[in-house]
Amino acid sequence: MSDTADFAPLAVLIVDDEAPARERLRDVLGDVADTQPTRIAGTAANGVEALALLEHETVDLILTDIRMPVMDGVELARHVGRLERGPAVIFTTAYDEYAVRAFELAAVDYLLKPVRAARLAEALAKARRIRPPADEILRQMAPTRRSHFSINERGRILLVPVGEVLYLKAEQKYVVARSREREFLLDESLVQLEEEFPERFLRIHRNCLIARNAVKGVARATTGMDGESHWVIIVDDLAEQLPVSRRQWPAVKEALGV
Amino acid sequence: MSIKQNPRLAGWGQRPAQLPDFRNLGVVLRTLLLVNAFAIAAVFVRNTDLSLLVGEVLEMAVNVEFPLILNVASLFLMQTLLRRLPFGAGVATVLAVVATIALVSRSLLSPIETGGLLRPLLWSLTTAGCVLTYFHQRDSARAPALAEARLLALTARIRPHFLFNSLNGVLGVLRSNPRRAEEGLEELADLFRALMQDNRELVPLTDEIALCERYLNLERLRLGERLQVAWQRDPQAEAALVPPLMLQPLIENAVYHGIEPGAGPGTVSITIERRGPEVIIAIANPLLDAVSHHPGNRMALDNIRERLMLFYDLEATLDTERDADAYRVRIRLPFRSER
Repeated sequence: MSDTADFAPLAVLIVDDEAPARERLRDVLGDVADTQPTRIAGTAANGVEALALLEHETVDLILTDIRMPVMDGVELARHVGRLERGPAVIFTTAYDEYAVRAFELAAVDYLLKPVRAARLAEALAKARRIRPPADEILRQMAPTRRSHFSINERGRILLVPVGEVLYLKAEQKYVVARSREREFLLDESLVQLEEEFPERFLRIHRNCLIARNAVKGVARATTGMDGESHWVIIVDDLAEQLPVSRRQWPAVKEALGV
Repeated sequence: MSIKQNPRLAGWGQRPAQLPDFRNLGVVLRTLLLVNAFAIAAVFVRNTDLSLLVGEVLEMAVNVEFPLILNVASLFLMQTLLRRLPFGAGVATVLAVVATIALVSRSLLSPIETGGLLRPLLWSLTTAGCVLTYFHQRDSARAPALAEARLLALTARIRPHFLFNSLNGVLGVLRSNPRRAEEGLEELADLFRALMQDNRELVPLTDEIALCERYLNLERLRLGERLQVAWQRDPQAEAALVPPLMLQPLIENAVYHGIEPGAGPGTVSITIERRGPEVIIAIANPLLDAVSHHPGNRMALDNIRERLMLFYDLEATLDTERDADAYRVRIRLPFRSER
């Protein structure tokens, strides 16, 4: 209450795939503007659109639906959570027993649609203090796997569709994600990535996961000083070979059916 | 919202007794099986010499199958008349038919042998009585199951996701387009009226189609251009009687799984056609996420399958299939109309 910034209008981004639902939130935000001044920074129909908007808009608060095409609200919150001074996130949901239970457990703020003015005002009052929930919590309640990886580049979020990543390689503090065109640094652990995408990526080495559909073939190769030969995976579209560790070979052989 | 069902459910046991539907394949098959079982049992009881058994069975078959098939055929033809009679009169009519056929076929088949008409007459009447008793028992045993099915129909139908999203949609257009909001509330009211009415009688397919159109119009409020619908209707099929709320839940599933998860427009296609004695209904939606297999989907399908079974026994089927880009539900049921 002492801080004057508390009274500056809050820049709100509304994310919902249904036009009337966005309209409704806009109406109710207008209704509570006397006590909780806000300004609509933008509206988006899904997570990807919302992240694109965030690139050139300053947003204090995101009100997002959960179930949306292309990218759902939970995944949006995960990407937003990577931003250093990113906006607060409040979920809106019509009815989703599973998500609501997860919210209660994690003390995540959410609004039930249709949203009531009084409840919205309450949420706005504490909005500046709401950070997106910890990634760990969001990961557990995600209705689906992420559709994109995100890279925080100089304060903006760069999205890479998961389907475009050929392999993931651990390097010291980071994981390098390789697509056809370039490499990205992900601030995540290989173990977590392996757990999140078991159908998509296959572990071939202590430090490497390969996308199953990026495997062109396997071959014997001799590398290093010892002159010992071992198996390598030939990556589709890249003139690159990734070593398979002796320990992983039986599992890789079985998974790839070679 | 609260839906109190139990007080009305209590009245379910008092459903008036009914004759079986003699045009139902299940009823016909059960009748044939039961009568033959009786006849074979009778041969075994009478038989004294095992070497004569085959001959006796054949003789029985000649004496029994002909009147049996005549009976089944006559009752099939008389079904419309029988359905209009009260239970007692219906039973009397059936027994009279059975007796007449027993006498006529006896005199046609073995005019010389004068073993008397009394024995075949008594045998026919006793067997018919047993078969009718069996169907009556079966019917009353199924009454609670029917009540339960109706309750299932109701609980499965109120998908909270749909109710709250629709209300939110109506609120969303309330200020900008009050006319559309009114329409939305009217559609919602119609849908809930249909959900809450007594759903144990078959309803004309036209009514179901009208209900689905209201439902789709309500969904269009939220989904806008994303929801495209391709109807292919057949006026010849629309007089058919179908279980209430058979079509709408399937279309709701198609919208939930085939349209809502997609960013762009998608088409739900609904094809209704009459093929001879049957009505074929097919609903298809785009296959968007092969991963998500919502338990709600199977619940709705099981529920409808169970109700088809209760209403039509073996004569109706419900199949699903998925190919590369579409998910299809296909229902096949016998064409029945009010007249």
